Amino acid sequence: MYYREAGDFKTSYRADQQNFPIRFDRIHFWVMMALAFGVVPFFINDYWANAVFVPFLIFAIATLGLNLLTGYCGQVSLGSAGFMAVGAYASYKLMTSFPELNFFVVILLSGGITALVGTAFGLPSLRIKGFYLAVATLAAQFFLVWLFNKVPWFYNNSASGQISVPRREMFGIPITGPETAASTKYLVCLVIVFVLGFVARNLTRGRIGRSWMAIRDMDFAAEIIGVDPLRAKLSAFAISSFYIGIAGALFFSVYLGAVEVGEAFGINNSFLILFMVIIGGLGSIYGSFAGAAFLILMPVLLKNVLVGGLGWPSDLAAHLEFMIMGALIIIFLIVEPHGLARLWAVTKQKLRLWPFPY
Amino acid sequence: MKSLKIAALAVGAVALAAPAFADLVFPSLSYRTGPYAAGGIPYADGYQDYMTLINERDGGLGGEKLKVVECETGYNTQKGVECYEGTKGQGALLYQPLSTGITYQLIPKSQADEIPILTMGYGRTSAANGAVFKYVFNFPANYWAGASGIVNHLLDINGGDISGKSLALVYHNSAYGKEPIRTLEELSKKHGFSVTLLPVDHPGQEQKSQWLQIRRERPDYVLMWGWGVMNSVAIQEAANINFPMENFIGIWWSGSENDVRPAGAAATGYKAATFHNVGKDYPIFDDLQKYVFDKGMTAGAGDQIGTAIYNRGLYAAMMAVEGARKAQELAGHAAITPQEMRDGLENLEISEELMNNLGMPNFGPSFKVSCSNHGGSGDVGIQQWDAAAGTWSLISDFAPVDMEVIQPLIEEDSAAYAAEAGVEVRSCN
Repeated sequence: MYYREAGDFKTSYRADQQNFPIRFDRIHFWVMMALAFGVVPFFINDYWANAVFVPFLIFAIATLGLNLLTGYCGQVSLGSAGFMAVGAYASYKLMTSFPELNFFVVILLSGGITALVGTAFGLPSLRIKGFYLAVATLAAQFFLVWLFNKVPWFYNNSASGQISVPRREMFGIPITGPETAASTKYLVCLVIVFVLGFVARNLTRGRIGRSWMAIRDMDFAAEIIGVDPLRAKLSAFAISSFYIGIAGALFFSVYLGAVEVGEAFGINNSFLILFMVIIGGLGSIYGSFAGAAFLILMPVLLKNVLVGGLGWPSDLAAHLEFMIMGALIIIFLIVEPHGLARLWAVTKQKLRLWPFPY
Repeated sequence: MKSLKIAALAVGAVALAAPAFADLVFPSLSYRTGPYAAGGIPYADGYQDYMTLINERDGGLGGEKLKVVECETGYNTQKGVECYEGTKGQGALLYQPLSTGITYQLIPKSQADEIPILTMGYGRTSAANGAVFKYVFNFPANYWAGASGIVNHLLDINGGDISGKSLALVYHNSAYGKEPIRTLEELSKKHGFSVTLLPVDHPGQEQKSQWLQIRRERPDYVLMWGWGVMNSVAIQEAANINFPMENFIGIWWSGSENDVRPAGAAATGYKAATFHNVGKDYPIFDDLQKYVFDKGMTAGAGDQIGTAIYNRGLYAAMMAVEGARKAQELAGHAAITPQEMRDGLENLEISEELMNNLGMPNFGPSFKVSCSNHGGSGDVGIQQWDAAAGTWSLISDFAPVDMEVIQPLIEEDSAAYAAEAGVEVRSCN
C-alpha cells in the first residue's frame, strides 16, 4: 500500500538517482525536516535542548562519522571519544587564540585538525586489521586523553585543567556560552547535522563510498580491481575523524560549555558511539540516527518514567536503567543483528505489501 | 519513525513529571550509584534528613514546606546538566552538586539563570571572590584552605620547620584533584619542602604504580585528594606497603568511614582534614531520632547516620536552610525567589549562638559571608581514625589557614575567569 513504486515513473537520470526514489519516503523526509526546522525551535526549552535534542544531534554526527569508518570501510575504531577530544580542544584553542574567528569556521577547522590526527592514527590500518586495529585505535584513545591532561598548553594553564567555552555571537545572538537560548543551540546543531548528513549520504553513494565498501567486503579483491587501499582507508579515517571532530567541538562548545577530558571523552563514550553504530545498523545513514536516538533518548525516557512518573527512588531507577538498557541491547541484537536500520527496512517491505501478505 | 514515537512517549513522561511549584525547592544532585556512591550516599542522606527534620519539627520554614528533589547524576557531568535543566524549572532555589566537574558546568549557567550555587569544600576555589562570582558560594572552606591547613598541621607536628621534607600528592586526575597543586607549589616555595605529583585516573581502582613509586621514593608525607572508590583503594595500598598511616593525610573528601573501614586495623592513624566536627554527640541527633528516624522517614538505608560525610550533608542542608531563613527575613515574605535566596546567602552569618540554637554547638566554625568574601573563614581542622573504636576524633582544632598565600591566588584566578568569561566585576563597597 505505502511505499509503492508503481505509478512513480522516472523520466530522467536525475530523478532516477535521487536520494529517496520512493515518493512516500520523500514526502515523509521533507515533512520531518519542516517539523525539525520550522516547528521544534518554537517549542523547545532548556530541558528539551540540553537533555534530549542537542546530545542526540551531536552523537548522531559522531555516529555518522564512525559509521563511515566502521560500517562502510570496515575499519573498527575504539578511539572515537579521543578524536572528539581533539575536536573539542582544537575548538577551544582556536576560539581563545583567535577571538574574532567565526564560530562555524572554528567548527570546520576543528574538524579539519581532527581529520589530520585521525589520518595519522589511521596509518596502522594499512598493515593491521580487525581486532588488532581496534587495539591500535584504543591506544589512540588513551594517548589523546593522557596528552590533554598532561600538557597545560591545551587548557591554557588553568588551575583545574578544565576548558570553558568563551561567549561567541553571530548576528548579535549568542551561540555559545551560558546565555545561549535553547532554540539557538538546537538550530546550530541541526544545521550542521543536516549538512553533514547530506554529505555523508552522497559520499557513500559515490565513488569514494563505493571504494570503501569494496575494501570492507574484501580488501585484496578491491585492490585487484583497482581500488587503492591506501587512499581508501586513509580517506575513510580522515572523513570519519572530521565528523567526529565536529561532534567533539559541538559537544564542548554548544552542549556542555566546560569539559574535563578524562570524564567527557573517556573510553565509555568511545564504546557508546560504537554501540550506537551497531544498534543503529552498520553501513546505514538512517541507522546512525536511529542508534544515536535509541541510546540517548531511552535512558532519559526511562528516568522520567521511573522517577518522575512512578516516583521511585532515584538510585533504584538508575540501577534499573542499566539493567533495562542492557537487556534491550541484547534483545535487539538477538532479534535483529543488523540493527534498527534493518528493522526499518523490513518494516518498509511489509508496508509495501500491506494489507496483502504476498 | 521509531525516534518520533520515542520522542512522543518522552513528551508524555515529562508532562507527567512536572510538578506544581509551591514549597521551597532544594534539588539534590545526588549519586547513589557508580564508583563515587560511597561518598554520594551519606551526603544525600544527611541533606535530605535535615530537610525532613525542618518540615517535621518546625513545619517548614516560615510556613513554607521544604522540598528536596533528588536527581541521580552518577558523578557524571552530562547527567548533572540534565538534572540541572530538569529541576531548575521547578523553582529551584539553590544547587549543591557535590561534584567539582558539575560545579564548573553550573558556574556560568548560574549567572545566566540567576540561581545560586553553594559548593561547600569543593568546586572552584576562586569563587570565594564574590565580586566576580556573584551567584557562587563556597564557604566555609575550600581546597586551597584544605591544602594550607594540612601543611599547617605538618608544621605543627614538626615544630614549625618542614624545609627539606618531601611530600607526595596522590590526586584524582580531574579538575577536583588538580585544584590544590598550585597552592602546594606556592607553599613549598615558602616552607622549602618538595612535592611529587601522582595522578590517579578515574575511577581510581588502579593505583599500583603510584604506590610503587611511593614505596621507592619514601616521601615523608603523602597527601591525598581522592573521592569514592579511589580512597579505600589508596588506604589499602598504603597499608600494603606499610606506609606509616599517621603520615598519610587526606582532604575532607578522603576522610569518611567508608574509606578507612575496608583496610581494617591497618588504617588506624590515618588523618584527614575537615571543616566541621565529627560524631553524633550533638543535640540535633536527638531531634533527628525523634522526628525523622523514629517516624521511618529516613532517607536511604539509614546506615550512614553520624558518619563524616553524612554530617557534611547535614551541615550543607543547615547552610541552605539558614540562607533561606535569612532570605525570608530580608525579603519580608516566605515564598522566596532564587534571587532573594542569593541575597540571603550573601548576608548569612553563622555565629556560635546560632549553632547552639540549632543543636549543633561547636559543629563548625563561625563566620560571616559578605559581598567580597563568599568563602567564609576557611578554618581547617584535622581528624584521625581509630579503627578499634571505629571513630574519627578531632586531633587539631579549627585553625585559620595561610591566607597570605591563598588570597593572591584567589585574586589571580578569579581575575583570569572574569577576563575569559567576560564577567563584569561588581563593586563591593
